[in-house]
Amino acid sequence: MIGRRVAKGIYAIWYRETKRFLRDRSRWLGLILQPLLYLMLVGYGISASMSFRQAPTGMHVNYVTFMYPGIIGMSVLFMSIFSAVGMIWDREFGFLKEVLVAPVPRWAVAVGKALGITTIVVVQTAMLLLMAPLAHLPLGLAMAAQTLAVGALTGFVLGCLGIVIASRMSTMESFQLVMNVLTMPMFFLSGALYPLRGLPHWLSVLAHIDPLTYGVDALRNAVYGQGEAARALVQYPLSVDVAVLAVMAVVFALLGAMLFERQE
Amino acid sequence: MPEDRTIAPPAMIEVDALTKRFGELTAVDEVSFTVDAGEIFGFLGPNGAGKTTTIKILATLMAPTSGRASIAGFDVKRKPLRVRESIGLVFQDNSLDDRLTAFENLYIHALLYDLPRAVFAKRAEELLRLVDLYDRRNGLIRTFSGGMRRRLEIARGLLHHPKVFFLDEPTLGLDPQTRNAIWQHVRALRTETGATVFMTTHYLDEAENCNRIAIIDHGRIVALGTPDELKRRVGGDVLVVVSPHQASLAVAVAERYGVEVQQTKEDLRFEVEHGPSFVPRLTGDFPGDIASVSVHRPTLDDVFLKLTGHAIREETTSPMDQVRANVRAMRRRS
Repeated sequence: MIGRRVAKGIYAIWYRETKRFLRDRSRWLGLILQPLLYLMLVGYGISASMSFRQAPTGMHVNYVTFMYPGIIGMSVLFMSIFSAVGMIWDREFGFLKEVLVAPVPRWAVAVGKALGITTIVVVQTAMLLLMAPLAHLPLGLAMAAQTLAVGALTGFVLGCLGIVIASRMSTMESFQLVMNVLTMPMFFLSGALYPLRGLPHWLSVLAHIDPLTYGVDALRNAVYGQGEAARALVQYPLSVDVAVLAVMAVVFALLGAMLFERQE
Repeated sequence: MPEDRTIAPPAMIEVDALTKRFGELTAVDEVSFTVDAGEIFGFLGPNGAGKTTTIKILATLMAPTSGRASIAGFDVKRKPLRVRESIGLVFQDNSLDDRLTAFENLYIHALLYDLPRAVFAKRAEELLRLVDLYDRRNGLIRTFSGGMRRRLEIARGLLHHPKVFFLDEPTLGLDPQTRNAIWQHVRALRTETGATVFMTTHYLDEAENCNRIAIIDHGRIVALGTPDELKRRVGGDVLVVVSPHQASLAVAVAERYGVEVQQTKEDLRFEVEHGPSFVPRLTGDFPGDIASVSVHRPTLDDVFLKLTGHAIREETTSPMDQVRANVRAMRRRS
């Protein structure tokens, strides 16, 4: 009995999350436009005006090729944190109450939310994969499947992290704080825009606890496939990235469910 | 105490010495009452009296500081999921997802309350027709007016046939015409589902819809009874006097007739056995002091003024102030 209730509760929240996304045209537009702008304006601009010193000696790697998986990572980060932090809005102006008085365990609500975010991120990653040729990368079936899986895992981790943060916040003003103090540093420290080599020690420590570092690295592993010159720019083997992300997923999911359970 | 209740049919809502404190502030202070199955029970009081806090505790959204409460026989602290199954709610402010359609909002509710699909389809249509929203079922909530939203929330709250239906200021911020329509819908839906209704309001005319009313002020119940019983607490008729020198007249009237005089911002009021025949006497006794006199049968407004010493209308705030107060309370807790 309780099993079916939990399953239906998770589905209800997932349904709401994805339905809202499907209907929101401005989010669709932002989803395509923002990464495209970064790739074209920042990526092409930098690769045209500066040489890419971190490229392995003797190999030619275009900066845009390096940056492309980072841009996927960035989009996944913004999408999942934005979606999760929407909970603050739900709390201040309504819908959350409807969910909190429902006879569904609250942790199931948190799980539904995280799975909804994961689904949206998969759709997003699929659309971004279509931009691969712009980064001089061939599109392949195995590469696409791996990228989608890795994107989903990263989205789940960041979605759960967002839920953890949102459970502790009650106002929209704090939302700005999250964006400035957490999301932007997470993006810059992840290695999305530049390789994490030769960083000062304290920055390197921060980069190592940034979940997006492993997300971006896993995306690089997936996007470059085997035998590509750019592989030299990957930090860890895919198995290490996935293992770290999996541990973070469990920790953040448990923490998120726990905090969600406790709120009034 | 609970043992001897097992023989009689249990009350739908039982509240015993319920107390909720936020730091220094005691929002709900040793409140006790019971509501029987099928009753419409109202909490009447100004904003900040503790009405919403009581509903939140009864709906398992907030833990009481002390005391106990149970809904349909389930303790709110020990069996929160069973309590939530048994209740439906309409909140003071909107709790619909405004990016979804009316039908989608109902569908999510049906999933959360584990309604079988066929039952949902049938009830959704019935309820949407009852609240005159069937034609708009595929409209986005953001295009709905305040009255339409409230009607939909009422329909949604009853979708799973709750035993107890909570309405927290169901008509707050709506115009009088819409308020009347909402009440017609509440009564029709209640007859349809047989739910026990617990509502809060600071509109006195709305409280007249209740079988019994508890008047609540500063977290305490100051009176409890049927609307007629409460009105009988005011003896005879009520005289409302507007005067250019209100304060001095209040003292003089109290002295001369030996009555208790209540002062509000605009007027002073007192009770006499037979109002109409008292007016000539009053104007004869105080020529020049009286701008106007009116006489009416006691209303709940008079009851409230008599019991609390202040008029309920003087303390009303806008819904947005209420939201801000709630946000402040939330920050204090975290």
